Amino acid sequence: MDDMDEIVQEFLVESSENLDQLDQDLLALEATPDSRERLASAFRTIHTIKGTSGFLAFGRLEKVTHTGESLLVRLRDGQQQMTTATADALLALVDVVRALLTSIEATGAEGDVEIDAVMEQIQAQVAADRVPEPPATEVPAGSTGVGSEDDAVRPGASSVEPVPTQESSSAELPEPAAPPKPALAPAMASSKPAAAPSKPAASTSAGPTRSAAKSSLRVDVDLLDALMQLAGELVLTRNQLLRGVGELADPALSRAAQRLNVITADIQESIMRTRMQPIDHIWSKLPRMVRDLGAQCGRQVRLTMSGQDTELDRALLEAIKDPLTHLVRNCIDHGIEAPEAREAAGKSREGTLSLRAYHNSGHVVIEVADDGAGIDPVKIAATAIERGLRTPAELAHHSVAEILQLVFEPGFSTAVQVTNVSGRGVGMDVVKTNLAAIGGAIELESTVGEGTVCRMRVPLTLAIVPALTVECGTGRYAVAQASLLELVALDAVQPASQIETVGGAPVYRLRGALLPLVALSDILSGADTFGAPESEASQVIVVLQAGSRRFGLLVDRVLNTEEIVVKALSPRLKSIGVYSGATILGDGTVALILDVQNIARRVLRADAAERAAQRSTSAGNDAAAAAGADAESAAGAETERLLIAGVGDGSQVAIPMSMITRLEMISARDVETVGTREVVQYRGTIIPLVRLDRHLGIFSERSPAELPVAVYSQAGHSVAIVMGDIIDIVEHQTADRSEVDDRGFVGSVVVHGRVVGLLDVERAIAAADPAFFSAVRAQATAGVPAAAGAVPRARAGADDAPFGVSDPATEGHGDLVGMTR
Amino acid sequence: MTATGKQYATFWLGSSLYGIEVTRVREVLREQSITRVPLAPPTVAGLINLRGQVVTTIDLHPRLVPTGRRSAESMLVVVFAGGESVALLVDRIGGVVDVTDDQFEPPPDTLVGAVRELVSGAYKLDGQLLLSLDVDAAVAT
Repeated sequence: MDDMDEIVQEFLVESSENLDQLDQDLLALEATPDSRERLASAFRTIHTIKGTSGFLAFGRLEKVTHTGESLLVRLRDGQQQMTTATADALLALVDVVRALLTSIEATGAEGDVEIDAVMEQIQAQVAADRVPEPPATEVPAGSTGVGSEDDAVRPGASSVEPVPTQESSSAELPEPAAPPKPALAPAMASSKPAAAPSKPAASTSAGPTRSAAKSSLRVDVDLLDALMQLAGELVLTRNQLLRGVGELADPALSRAAQRLNVITADIQESIMRTRMQPIDHIWSKLPRMVRDLGAQCGRQVRLTMSGQDTELDRALLEAIKDPLTHLVRNCIDHGIEAPEAREAAGKSREGTLSLRAYHNSGHVVIEVADDGAGIDPVKIAATAIERGLRTPAELAHHSVAEILQLVFEPGFSTAVQVTNVSGRGVGMDVVKTNLAAIGGAIELESTVGEGTVCRMRVPLTLAIVPALTVECGTGRYAVAQASLLELVALDAVQPASQIETVGGAPVYRLRGALLPLVALSDILSGADTFGAPESEASQVIVVLQAGSRRFGLLVDRVLNTEEIVVKALSPRLKSIGVYSGATILGDGTVALILDVQNIARRVLRADAAERAAQRSTSAGNDAAAAAGADAESAAGAETERLLIAGVGDGSQVAIPMSMITRLEMISARDVETVGTREVVQYRGTIIPLVRLDRHLGIFSERSPAELPVAVYSQAGHSVAIVMGDIIDIVEHQTADRSEVDDRGFVGSVVVHGRVVGLLDVERAIAAADPAFFSAVRAQATAGVPAAAGAVPRARAGADDAPFGVSDPATEGHGDLVGMTR
Repeated sequence: MTATGKQYATFWLGSSLYGIEVTRVREVLREQSITRVPLAPPTVAGLINLRGQVVTTIDLHPRLVPTGRRSAESMLVVVFAGGESVALLVDRIGGVVDVTDDQFEPPPDTLVGAVRELVSGAYKLDGQLLLSLDVDAAVAT
């Protein structure tokens, strides 16, 4: 009974490998319908399954493969040509055979898998092509006889006159090993080139190509895992031994220990290698998927692969399967255009999807590239704004590459139409998260009109990851370097003074941006709120990236960076949600590995709320904006956006974005003078200019040809403020400014670590147009429609405050993007 | 002598003698440095390095000897439970004891609380009761 089970098991394993090969053969046959080698290979696969299933008494499986075999015989012998319909029928057959095998694997019986439909489909193909074609003259002698028991497919045979031998050999099992040598030689040669790499494992089935497999054997994965475990123990024992031997100072013993050292390292490496599998293991499923998806999406896709034999740890291979599938789907659905569109763009109707795998500095890089439409950064930016992921002001200083990265953010999907292939708004972020979980990364390059390249970078093995070890309280913890951005050491003298709070939540100013902080000690004590740390001791901020969010983890001390061997954690400890595993440090003690993704999810709730607030404000809905503003002030984060402009030689000035309607570049030649005042013609009106350097009394020798200006418009009146250059747009807390008594400034703020004067915009405007405010007020009271002639502003007319800093989030952003791009 | 005999590995927790079937015991270790796991349930003492394997250590004290003090030199009994190795922190190791089924009695009806859940019964040895620890219940926290 056990023997029987073993045979069935082997049959299942072999068959599923053979079916993968069959998929590839059938697809290749569509391209080269008369490839006799491929046909022979396909026939062999089905034939083998049929034979074994008969032997094992799986009647339905035998029946359905028999029908398929009949069709394949005709194809192989040139009595019938391969067409798309034939390929469809045969692929459907593969699916049914798979379903049957799955059922056998699960229940030991064939179950009630539907086989009649596919049998009819195949028989229809046989019948459809009943017109016998003259047999190709090079039909290998003897091969027609093989598997021709079925009378239904025989009629063709009668017209095949020159069948010299074996016509009468209706033996029960026609032996596939029997084909004469000439047929065999090309069959073997064919498994090498083309898309399908030769897989030694696949050819262990009964068949003429068996000899190739003699040098490999199947090993249970559990056994390999156990070996890996033992190797780990060996390493640790060796370490202890080496320490003891070192103390003894016996040269002979030292030499032996040294040798043991080398051998142990070799063993460990060899065992690691046994777990490596070529990436082709997961790639081999793609041709079929590409074909089906291409048909479903109406795309013509050619798939090319290189580097199929690049090896990866099998656990990693398993982990990248889904991300890879997703990327391929994306390429076909979003990347490659419909044939008509491609033609119109001057490309060939058939799109190319190329997969490439290669080693690069201790990583394996997997490239998924298409020559499709590419990703339009403008569209991405628009979507990001629409989805509330970014505000236009934020996008204004994003590079194109940074904008492309937005597709990896949660809730992002650019598909105009949601198809059932992709575009459900989940996807790329999941791809990124999945890769991050195994210490990998993904990057995206795209040229509009030329195509997109996605590069996945994964470590060679999961078992060993580079990590940072930190200390918190008395415990030591490891953080995988994949999520580590940087380390910031806080001044030992006054650590607390460098940490500020926003409504009680600690933050740190990292190059001008506020970084939310979480003390590891708070997380580990199970605190719900994360207050500012009281400890006087020096601390280090470990800046971490989790998905698209970054935060700072406060720890007492950073110990080391080392390669750690990841050990599984008991499920009951993993479910705490803070640790992803454990490891053994150099001195033999156990350290916990922090689960950065999960910690971020736990502690960064506020961040999500803020996003929601931004979303509602950017929607331009006043009520929602007010609610958003409320939420913001409730969170204590009353911020405003500041434009940082350079003035003269090295000075910087901050201008509240609420005071800017639009940013423009004007040519210096367009500046005209009226009396002593400078003006410029702008959108059909004359607007006065004020040059900041002169206004602030800052000496400047530069006279650039292009002048960046900030235009402020209200009630039909505009003023342009000429700056030296635009440096940045930053978020800043409103409360956090100090009063400065200087002409032209209302205060000062700290940006990027330096003090920047906050421009008294009102005074600057008055300098350009002393009558500006009186004119605006007069007009407002006279009831002239505020918006007339003015650049549209969401709340310009409704603003009762004469010159209030209204809602900083709503002002003027819609206009900014267009200009800065 | 129809009663079937079993062997129990015994250990002390507080003033009581407990036992586990020897077949469940993998090894016995002197206490070593245990890495505390913050936020873990109180019954989890931490993690130890057992020849390169990370093993969860269960502290039986809070449940079985809530008031007693832990011994200065605890020992670890490594058992196989729930598909993995788990170490039990105990006060002192006793010997291996042969017991027979006719010595066994279920726990008295008056026994309630945590002990009742962890003790499947008692073997009446000479001058001493051996409490049979339900390993699976003890590690399932």
